[in-house]
Amino acid sequence: MTIPPDSPQSLRASSLAPGEEKPKTHDEPPSGQLPGELLMWVLILSEITVFGAGLLAFLSVRLTDPTGFAEAQSHLHRTGAAANTLVLVTSGWLAALATRAAEAGQRRRLRLLLAVAIGFGAVFLILKGTEYADLWAQGIGTETHAFYTFSYLLTGFHAAHVLAGMVLLALVGWLGTPKAVETGAAFWHMVDLVWVLLFPVVYLL
Amino acid sequence: MKYQSQKIALAYFSVALALFAVQVTMGLVLGWIYVSPNFLSGLIPFNIGRMLHTNSLIVWLLLGFFGAAYYLIPEESEREIHSTKLAWLQLAIFVLGTAGVVVTYLFNLFDGNWLLGNEGREFIEQPRWVKAGIVVAALIFLYNISMTVLAGKKTAITNILLLGLWVLALLFLFAFVNPDNLALDKMYWWYIVHLWVEGTWELVMASILAFLMLKLTGVDREVVEKWLYVIAALALFSGILGTGHHYYWIGTPGYWQWIGSIFSSLEIVPFFAMMSFAFVMVWKGRRDHPNKAALLWSLGCATLAFFGAGVWGFLHTLHGINYYSHGTQITAAHGHLAFYGAYVCLNLAIISYAMPHLRGRDPYNQVLNMASFWLMSSGVVFMTVVLTFAGALQTHLQRVNGEAYMDVQDQLWIFYAMRFGAGAAVVLGAILFIYATAFPRREIVTPGPLESDRLEHDPDHVAAE
Repeated sequence: MTIPPDSPQSLRASSLAPGEEKPKTHDEPPSGQLPGELLMWVLILSEITVFGAGLLAFLSVRLTDPTGFAEAQSHLHRTGAAANTLVLVTSGWLAALATRAAEAGQRRRLRLLLAVAIGFGAVFLILKGTEYADLWAQGIGTETHAFYTFSYLLTGFHAAHVLAGMVLLALVGWLGTPKAVETGAAFWHMVDLVWVLLFPVVYLL
Repeated sequence: MKYQSQKIALAYFSVALALFAVQVTMGLVLGWIYVSPNFLSGLIPFNIGRMLHTNSLIVWLLLGFFGAAYYLIPEESEREIHSTKLAWLQLAIFVLGTAGVVVTYLFNLFDGNWLLGNEGREFIEQPRWVKAGIVVAALIFLYNISMTVLAGKKTAITNILLLGLWVLALLFLFAFVNPDNLALDKMYWWYIVHLWVEGTWELVMASILAFLMLKLTGVDREVVEKWLYVIAALALFSGILGTGHHYYWIGTPGYWQWIGSIFSSLEIVPFFAMMSFAFVMVWKGRRDHPNKAALLWSLGCATLAFFGAGVWGFLHTLHGINYYSHGTQITAAHGHLAFYGAYVCLNLAIISYAMPHLRGRDPYNQVLNMASFWLMSSGVVFMTVVLTFAGALQTHLQRVNGEAYMDVQDQLWIFYAMRFGAGAAVVLGAILFIYATAFPRREIVTPGPLESDRLEHDPDHVAAE
C-alpha cells in the first residue's frame, strides 16, 4: 500500500466500519489505508501493549496488598495529576488542529499550534517533576514499596515519551508536510491516551 | 554470480563450516561428559570444552554473517566490493585470533597476563590482544562494506544489514569494560551477548532472510522491504529493554524484573513476524526456484527460530517463573534451539543459496543437503524436548524440593543419555551438510513443472538465478 506523500485524501482516520462506503470528504483516507506512517502505527500498538501489560501487572500485584497500595498512593499529587490530564488533552487537541492546518497548507498556523502543544508538554513535565521532587524529598524511591516501583516505572516511562513526543512534534513542525504532522500527532495522541489510562489506575483507584 | 568480489564469501563460508564442525564435535564431547562425568577430565576440563563449544559457535556464525554480507552486498548495491584485499586481511586476523584463543585457553598460557592471558569472562574470555584484533578486523569489515554501499545502490536490505553490523561491532567495545563491581560487570556483559542475539543479530537475520526471499520467491521488492522495516522495528523495540530479563538476580534494582518480564515477553513478536513473512512470501511467490535446499533452510530457520527463541524463550522469561528455573536445563534447551533455529539455519540457508553460484555448479542435486536439514533439525528438536523435560524435573527436585545439585544430576542421567543420542544425530547431519556442500554431485536439476510452464508461456517471467 502506497500513500502519495502529500495527498490530503490519505491522511485522516476513517470511522467507517470495514466494507461500509460513504462519500469521501477531504478528511478521509482512501479506504483501507492508514493515516501517517506505517511504522508509527507499529510503534503505537507496541507502546499500548507495553503500558497495558504494565497496568495489568500493577493491578495484579495490588491485589496482594490493597491497604499498602492505598497508603502509598496517598503520597502522590492527585490534583497535579488531574491538572496534567487537562494539560495533555488540550495539547492533543492543539496537535489535532495542527494536522488540519497542515492539510490546508497553513505552515505558519501549524507551527504556532505545535509550538503551543509542545509548551503544554513542558508544563506537564514541570508538574510531574515537582511531584517526583517532593516524593524524593520524603525519601520515597523505587524500592520503598511495590506501589512506587510501578508508579515510578509507569509514569517515568510515560514522561520519557512526553519528552520524546515534544522533540518529535518540533521535528514534524519543522518538516511541515501533512504526512509528517499526522505521524507526529498520532504519537502525541498515544502519549495522551496512555496518560488517560494511567491517571485513574495509578492515582485514583 | 554477477560480481567477481562475491567470491570472497567462499573463503568465509569455508572457514565458518570448519569451525561449525569443531563446534558440534566439542558439543558431542560435552554431551558425553554429562553422561560420564570423568571423561577427558584431565585433558579438557568441562569449562574449557564449553568455552570452545560456545566460542566457536559465535565465531563461525559471525564469519557466516561476514560471508553473507560480502555475497549479498555486491548484488544489492550493484557493484564490486570496495577492496577484496581488505576482506582477506580481515579473515586472516579472525583466523589468527581464533587460533590464539584456542591455544591460550587449552594450555592456559600467560595466565594472569594483562595483554596475553585469558580474561575469564564467559564468551568474552579472549585475551586482550585478540579483542583488539577483533576490533581492528571489525573496523576493516565495516569500512569495506560501508564504502561499497555508499558508492552503490542503497536498498532496505543493505540499510538494515549495515545498521545491524555497525551496532554489533560497536557493542563489542563493551568487552573492554570490566568493572570490579560484579553486578556492573554482568550488566555490561549482557550489552554484548544479549543485545547481539536479541537485537543486532536479529536485524542481520531479517535482512539476510529478506534477501533470500527476494531471490527465492520472486516477490516484489517493495513488499519485502515493508516487512523488513516492520520486523526490524519490532526487534529493536522488544529486544533492547528485553535485556532486563538478564537483570533479575544480578544485583540491579527490582524494577528490572518488570521491565525485563514485559519487554522480553514481546520478543516473540518479531520472530513470529519473521516466520509469517517467510511463509507469506513463499505462498505469494511466483517463482519456482530450483534451489529447494536454500528455501527449506530459510523456512526451517524462520520456524525453528520462532519456537526456539520465541516460544522457548518466553517459557522462562517471566521473573516469577525464572526465579525457579534460572540456570537449569530449561536454559540449555532454549539456548540450543534458539541458536540453531535463528542463526545456524540462517547461515546454512545463505550458504546453501550462495554455494552453487560461488562454485559455478548451478543448479545441482541437493538431496543430501536437504537430508542434512531434516537430520540436524530433528536432532536439535529432540535434544530441546529432552532437555526441557530434564529442566522441568530439575527445577522441581532442586529448587522446589531443595535436593542437592549433584543428587539431582544423578537422577537426570536418562535425559542426558538421550541428549547424547540427539547430539550424535546433529553431528552426523553437520558432516552430511559439509559433505553435500563441499563435494556436490554434478547433476543438473531441471526446473519443476510450475517453473518450466512459466518459462515457456510467460514472456515476462524471469528464470530463477
